[in-house]
Amino acid sequence: MPVTQPTVDSLRDRFDNIVESEFRGQTRVVVPRGSAFEAIAFLKEERGFDLLVDLTCIDYLNYRDAEDRFGLAYLLANTSTDERLTVRVMLNEPDLTVVSIVPLYEGANWMEREAWDMFGIVFDGHPDLRRILMPEEFSAHPLRKDYPLQGRGERHNFPVLTRGEA
Amino acid sequence: MAIELPENVVVSKLDALGSWCRKNSLWPMPFATACCGIELMATGASRHDLARFGAEVFRFSPRQCDLMIVAGRVVMKMLPVLQRIWQQMHEPKWCISMGACASTGGVFDTYSVVQGIDRFVPVDMYVPGCPPRPEQLIQAIIDLQDKIQREGTIDGSEFSSVTRQQRKRALMELPIIHQPSQTVSRTN
Ligand code: SF4
Repeated sequence: MPVTQPTVDSLRDRFDNIVESEFRGQTRVVVPRGSAFEAIAFLKEERGFDLLVDLTCIDYLNYRDAEDRFGLAYLLANTSTDERLTVRVMLNEPDLTVVSIVPLYEGANWMEREAWDMFGIVFDGHPDLRRILMPEEFSAHPLRKDYPLQGRGERHNFPVLTRGEA
Repeated sequence: MAIELPENVVVSKLDALGSWCRKNSLWPMPFATACCGIELMATGASRHDLARFGAEVFRFSPRQCDLMIVAGRVVMKMLPVLQRIWQQMHEPKWCISMGACASTGGVFDTYSVVQGIDRFVPVDMYVPGCPPRPEQLIQAIIDLQDKIQREGTIDGSEFSSVTRQQRKRALMELPIIHQPSQTVSRTN
């Protein structure tokens, strides 16, 4: 079920610069980076959005009409009223820092680690911000659009074992 | 000088005898990382019955195995594990690269997938296909048995023969891209 108007209105009353849009029955609000944590905390505590369905990131490099580089998407759901709401935070280089929402949703822990690993988004206050998919020594953020599909040679950078030595 | 042999006595070389024992009791180590692993399981299961060729004892400990079957794509995070497992296996040991992914990376020509395990570990047999049918894997095992019988020596000296070394060196000299600025140092 899409989000109800009172929820969006209450969010509007509480925070400035909320941009609302709708696409195929799904409501999205773009929240300024500075108030992202407070807005999600408000949605959780006062509007009953108790489930973080997903947290992910989109790189809008070379995307038509895009103004911002990264879009962080929080998909929230209210399990008693079935409302669903997408909260987005737009980020631009060089400052890709947002406040971690792990204090609100435990489940955000690995999702934020994934966004850090794949896109290089820094989550301030995350308890354990390490790479989750790529090896620790990996130095790039591979889902960024300016990272080459075939990598920069990392996949070939291993010692060769031969018959003689193994 | 002719020696009369009694009945039921066969003369052979010790090398041939050793190889014969080895080839008929291969213990595979299933390194199944993706969909090919399903066909690997089918190969070991009742319909295709790898036991007919003396290679049914799948063990999940590299210490007990002598045939590593790499079934599936290997990503760069997995490759050090693969190498560690290969090193943990005792000589004499062999390796089958099963499927397009293990042999070449297959369709996964991406930053994280190793483009053929033979760049980093020695491979004896390649099985083409995506995934290969169990019959193909069985054929590879039969071919490997022939190879073991042909090349095998009781002291394992085939593993360091000159031709073997040359073949391995040719593999190692495949173009491997090094970009010093991006390289990640790895020691193990
Ligand atoms: S070769 Fe095909 S079946 Fe085998 S691991 Fe690759 S994609 Fe899967």
